[in-house]
Amino acid sequence: MENLVNIFVKSIFIDNMIFAYFLGMCSYLAVSKTVKTSTGLGIAVIFVLGFTVPVDFLLQKYVLAEGALAWLSPSLADVDLSFLSFIMFIAIIASMVQLVEMIIEKFSPALYSSLGIFLPLIAVNCAILGGSLFMQEREYANIAEATSFGLGSGVGWFLAIVGIAAIREKIKYSNVPAPLRGLGITFIITGLMGIAFMSFMGIKL
Amino acid sequence: MEPLFSTKNLKLLKEPLNDNNPITVQVLGICSALAITVQLKPSIVMALSVLVVLAISNVVISLLRKMIPPRIRIIVQLVVIAAMVILVDEVLQAYAYDVSKQLSVFVGLIITNCIIMGRLEAFAMANKPWPAFLDGIGNAAGYGVILIIVAFFRELLGSGTIYGLQVIPDSFYEAGYANNGLMILPPMALVVVGLIIWIQRGKNQKLIEEN
Repeated sequence: MENLVNIFVKSIFIDNMIFAYFLGMCSYLAVSKTVKTSTGLGIAVIFVLGFTVPVDFLLQKYVLAEGALAWLSPSLADVDLSFLSFIMFIAIIASMVQLVEMIIEKFSPALYSSLGIFLPLIAVNCAILGGSLFMQEREYANIAEATSFGLGSGVGWFLAIVGIAAIREKIKYSNVPAPLRGLGITFIITGLMGIAFMSFMGIKL
Repeated sequence: MEPLFSTKNLKLLKEPLNDNNPITVQVLGICSALAITVQLKPSIVMALSVLVVLAISNVVISLLRKMIPPRIRIIVQLVVIAAMVILVDEVLQAYAYDVSKQLSVFVGLIITNCIIMGRLEAFAMANKPWPAFLDGIGNAAGYGVILIIVAFFRELLGSGTIYGLQVIPDSFYEAGYANNGLMILPPMALVVVGLIIWIQRGKNQKLIEEN
């Protein structure tokens, strides 16, 4: 249990998707103009990461990894399908996004209408595919670890986008040098936030 | 039949380098661009990989553009891109294993690199293969240029080397010069890109945003 909490905290603060790996930057820069919309997108990312990482973990463990097909029949024990992982992961992500969309629509129409257009956009958010690829690379031992990594990464991404949106709302009233307005200053602020987040690096987990 | 390198086609090649740069103006493909710019070598490999994937998938989608049903075009595009990325990844693992280890998940992330989806959606779906090819090369070059500029400064200031070769003489270090360790850390990539945007928009006033 302690291990799971460690992975969760680590993926929020130390291995933050935005500040340490720059994943999901495109939607991070494009959607962070107001706090309200970025909260919606952030929640959608937490949902989708929390679903796709465990599913991709099962796929990796029982289909793709070397020798993973041994549970079907012993003759398949030396089949290595790991070169298919990119295409399988992206297919899972695209279909999971659709599925999550349908589930939310059915059970919580209010949340669905507030997330609205953001859910389909998430299929091409690099943070989602990145989550699955990091899960594969770091070889988490079981599905619980993979899930807490997925949720933690989502929460980290959520914090980052809400933070930058709040700063951008305020910065509208400041006199930024003309060539830096909009995109330029957002990059620099994100860099400064990243430096601030690096202070978490000293924490040993 | 217009000539292969007519003014219109040349514009496709040149525009993404400055006026319509994928990173600093269109804001596409930043995700995988920044994490690998600590050193020059992986950045060049990354830029070449994106060039290959973008040019070929642009041509493929452009050839298929009349056959793809609009409702499932995103899936078709993703499959074409993913197939190309798998090829590039296998080639890298075979011939440049060190670099491929250094790039780790970022080769795979070319699939969700918004540059590629963006160009396929915006250009290849509506144009003939040859202009689509030039558009692919142009945009990948615009992406690569920024990558290489960022990596050049980060490697020079952060480790005192260029392409792995030491360029700052030992006498400098003896005189008290020190490498700026901050440049190696991820957040500095963002600041360097921010500064590039500042310089570019300072020279090219029409790109300035309202706020």
